[in-house]
Formats: sequence, structure tokens, C-alpha cells
Amino acid sequence: MEDKLILGGHEFTSRFILGSGKYNLKLIQAAVEQGGAEIITLALRRANTRESENILDFIPKGVTLLPNTSGARNADEAVRIARLSREMGCGDFVKVEIMHDAKYLLPDNYETVKATEVLAKEGFIVLPYMYPDLNVARDLQNAGAAAVMPLAAPIGSNQGLATKAFIQILIDEIDLPIIVDAGIGKPSQACEAMEMGAAAIMANTAIATAGDVPAMAAAFRKAIEAGRSAYLTGMGRVLARGGSASDPLTGFLR
Amino acid sequence: MAVINGERVSIVPQSIAAYLKSAGYNEKRVAVEKNLRIIPRGKWTDEMIGEDDSIEILNFVGGG
Repeated sequence: MEDKLILGGHEFTSRFILGSGKYNLKLIQAAVEQGGAEIITLALRRANTRESENILDFIPKGVTLLPNTSGARNADEAVRIARLSREMGCGDFVKVEIMHDAKYLLPDNYETVKATEVLAKEGFIVLPYMYPDLNVARDLQNAGAAAVMPLAAPIGSNQGLATKAFIQILIDEIDLPIIVDAGIGKPSQACEAMEMGAAAIMANTAIATAGDVPAMAAAFRKAIEAGRSAYLTGMGRVLARGGSASDPLTGFLR
Repeated sequence: MAVINGERVSIVPQSIAAYLKSAGYNEKRVAVEKNLRIIPRGKWTDEMIGEDDSIEILNFVGGG
């Protein structure tokens, strides 16, 4: 049986969503290839006439673009950015990201629900970045989100699964793909989130700030695949107390 | 004065297509908003911009 990630009716084999920020454009192709990513995030900003290179020229064909709404401080701004991004002609996906706190970069869940509702009605495939709160996740589902993207830790922090218990609640209770986004700093943390039942991992800074960007993308790919396999297999049981020999308890040499 | 990407500039009335070309933007890679209204690519040759307009010219960059 094939194991696919399905977002808004689109099927993906890879469960690694790669961010494209903070590193050299020339490394993007290698990072995508080594990471096996089929979805890559982008941001929309004012264009200038000084730079002749555009990121779209460095992304391999066939990769799905996931523009984010970074820079938006409320739902109206997020909707405006999403519509402009769609005007670029790169599809209907959008990662709603709304924040107005520069210190911790935490998302505004309330405004995120509002933007998700508007954009889903306009036919966008909406992937909202959110603080892991079960009630808000339900609101996002009702608003038409195609997945929910809870944060593991503050954006760019590489601190790992700080919100682990609350992400597990979303995985257990929400009937949508749960994509862990932000704060994942190491492959082991990506693997752990996948073992918990996350549908996918979105990572940027962990790869962008690594010593070797493509090699770290490859390490994340393997970790995500390993965690997914472990989740699908069903984890071995944990004993609350004591041990259980792995070797036969008979036939000892005496 | 028009405001283009937040900067006040003096321009003669012209089409969006003409402005993008003369200013040196990569036309294939930008989206354009005029007075908070998206102007689809197909209308750039007809849609004029002038002194009272506020224009945003945007493109994709790396992001997470």
C-alpha cells in the first residue's frame, strides 16, 4: 500500500516540506534533491530592479510552491498577500502565517482562523501555521483548512519539540494532516514528531544554518522516513517497571 | 507623486507594462497591485498608472 500525504486533493510521497529562507539560492536545488522535498515554502516581498536572480529560477520543476503570508499582522493583510501570491501563477497553496510579535514570532491564532476561512472559500488550499491549541485547530478545520501546522518552538530557534504534548493532542483529535512547523532543529526531533503521528515536517533554519545544507537536508529526509515507518509499524511497548530479557531464560551454562 | 513600493516617485502617466519595462523589473516574476487592487498580468498593457497611484510590485523570495 502506498503511503501518501494528501493536501487539498494533491498527493505527495515526501513528508518533508522545505523552507527556502536564509540560504544561498544556488543551494536550493541540491537541498530539494537531497531532501527529497516535493513542497517548498516562499515569501512575497517588494521586488527590486537590482537583483536579476529570482528564486523561481532555482526551484526544480515539479516541486509544489507553498507561499507564506509572512509580514501579515492581521487576517486582512494575510488575505491580501495570499491573493497576490496566487497572482504569480504558481498554484493555490498558501501557508497562513500571521504575527505581530517580533521577539518570539508567535502566531496570532484568532486572526489565523479568520484568514483561513476567507481564503478557503476563495479556493485556496490553506495550511495555517498556529500555536498548538485544540480548540483553535477545530476552528481551523471548520474554516476549511487543508492541514494544521502547529509550531514545535519559536521560529528559527532550533529548540525542538517544546510543545510536544500539545501537538500530540492535535494528532490524536484532529482529522486533518498535522504538519509540525517551526523550531525543529535536528533530524532526531523531526523523527520523534513523525513517530508521534505527525503527517509531515516543515523545516528551514535547521537546514539553512547547518554546516552543509544539502547534507542536512538528506539527514532530515532519512529521519522523517524512519519516523514515519516507525509510526506506521506501531511502536514497541514500554514497561512501566522492571525489564524483560531479550534472550532465552533457559539453557544457561552453569 | 506616485508611491511605488513605498517610495515617492514622479512619473508620467503610462501603462503598467511600460513602467515595469522601463524601470527594469523582471516582468515574468512579479505581481502588481494598484491602490490595493490586484492588476492581473493580462491587463498590464491597458492599465495606466499616474501621479496619484500607490503601486506595489512584488516577487517571491526565500522564506520559511
